[in-house]
Amino acid sequence: MLDVARIRADFPLLGQPENGRRLVYLDNAATTQKPQAVLDAVAEYYRTTNANVHRGAYDLAIRATEAYETARAKVAAFVNAWAPEGVVFTRGTTEAINLVAGAYGRANVRAGDSVVVTAMDHHSNLVPWQLLCQEKGATLRMVEITEDGRIDLSDFGRALERRPKIVAFPYVSNALGTVNPVAQLAKLAHAGGAVVVVDGAQSTPHLKVDVRAIECDFYALSGHKMLGPMGSGALVAKPELLEAMPPYHGGGEMISRVWDDHSTYNKIPHKFEAGTPNVEAAVGLAAAIAYLERVGPERIADHERALAAAAIDKLVQIEGVTVYGPRDHRAGVVSFTYGDIHPHDIATILDQDGICIRAGHHCAQPLMRRLNVAATARASFYLYNGLDEVDALVGSLVKAGALFGYVPA
Amino acid sequence: MPSSARWSRREPSLDTSPPEPQLTTLYQELILDHYRRPRNKGTLEQATHTVSLNNPLCGDEIDLQLRVDGDVIKDARFIGRGCSISQAAASMMTQLLKDKSIPQALALADRMSAMMHGDLSAARDKSLGDLRALAGVSKFPVRIKCALLPWNALTDAVKT
Repeated sequence: MLDVARIRADFPLLGQPENGRRLVYLDNAATTQKPQAVLDAVAEYYRTTNANVHRGAYDLAIRATEAYETARAKVAAFVNAWAPEGVVFTRGTTEAINLVAGAYGRANVRAGDSVVVTAMDHHSNLVPWQLLCQEKGATLRMVEITEDGRIDLSDFGRALERRPKIVAFPYVSNALGTVNPVAQLAKLAHAGGAVVVVDGAQSTPHLKVDVRAIECDFYALSGHKMLGPMGSGALVAKPELLEAMPPYHGGGEMISRVWDDHSTYNKIPHKFEAGTPNVEAAVGLAAAIAYLERVGPERIADHERALAAAAIDKLVQIEGVTVYGPRDHRAGVVSFTYGDIHPHDIATILDQDGICIRAGHHCAQPLMRRLNVAATARASFYLYNGLDEVDALVGSLVKAGALFGYVPA
Repeated sequence: MPSSARWSRREPSLDTSPPEPQLTTLYQELILDHYRRPRNKGTLEQATHTVSLNNPLCGDEIDLQLRVDGDVIKDARFIGRGCSISQAAASMMTQLLKDKSIPQALALADRMSAMMHGDLSAARDKSLGDLRALAGVSKFPVRIKCALLPWNALTDAVKT
């Protein structure tokens, strides 16, 4: 286990009481708290380096550009990207996937083609493909999940028989915590002739990610889920695919030459970064990556696995609690229900003890339908959570049980 | 997954202090009773007004059906799923609506909204019937929309 007390000291918000109690923040799959190093990096950028990037003919602008491009190289190295120019900064995973659907998808998917997603995809890796398929008259095929919340590999195989143009899936399910066999899925999809899009929103913060080992084509990530600022994120792609793609947004920065009625475009990745970029977000994300590297992604993954395992062991001992998702191959996300207590009621009761969890459909309504629930409660852990917080979660849940008559008050 | 082992409240390291008074006010017996044994739940034959509303944030759903004769709500039923607050509020509301005129029903919607926003006179108003048990919701701002969901359905239904 990590030295949680020492790590928590780096996070100012975690020292702030919530409802008069010590804050127990267990909604890390939604967003994460920020260490002082990230806050400092953003403030320092504005204090010493701020200017518009890639344009200025003066030293300050050159330093701002360097800060931005250094951040790009940092992201590239963190996920072992094909090249720094294969990293396009975006507002997050959602924008990154929309970029792939809007630029690659629109250029390559035609009427009668198919696009494959899975029943455990977040709406951000589903709705962009729905929009694309509706526009093109293509078919969207959703791969089923198994009873214990994994991608059904035989159904995945059947979906590939139509030789889809694009296959998209999450590395880690945000609602179940399932860690998918992404390298195996990518290999199968490539053998079927598809381009592979991996939603890395829940994997990049919590696992050691290597996009070249996965052998996907596009990989999307969000900075705010990995200690970075909101509005930071990236699309990591094979440079040759980006080269061949039409632009996504038009505007400044993404052009090479502009005539009255047409333009030529900048080199990658700038071709996909129209307008003034969010430099503070990129700089903050680089600081977040430096922090995660100091702790070590493998150690973070082990720590979260231990917390999730402890939480599951204790939760299943409460009569009436159901935990969703697989027993093994899971990250630090624990989705559960408790008898007929609605998850929203559970969240309100836990909030009174300063415990923040998510209640709802987790932007995964097709998955919720398959689990036959309207919503679940979800606790999701990170490097600054400890076993005492698992105990607090369970203790507060017993209170919920008492209020609803499941355990004696 | 194993679930046979019963929870033991003697586990030493855990906080088992009793629920806060605010929570016991929120989750009163009467609310849980309406949640678990909803009144007027089901499909209404010969409904004249139907409205479906949902709260996309937490997934609460209500499908409200009214049979209005002239100006009078003769019957009200609902189908729904969601948290205890939204479902109890729907059950309590349908009880109250029968034989009320539409202006009376809209006046009740206003009283309910006032109670949710902390109006103590509304919380003592007998015309709100069982709904007064929901007065504690006003202390939980994010839950107010749960209690008002069926009332918003009512307002939509009679105004369209």
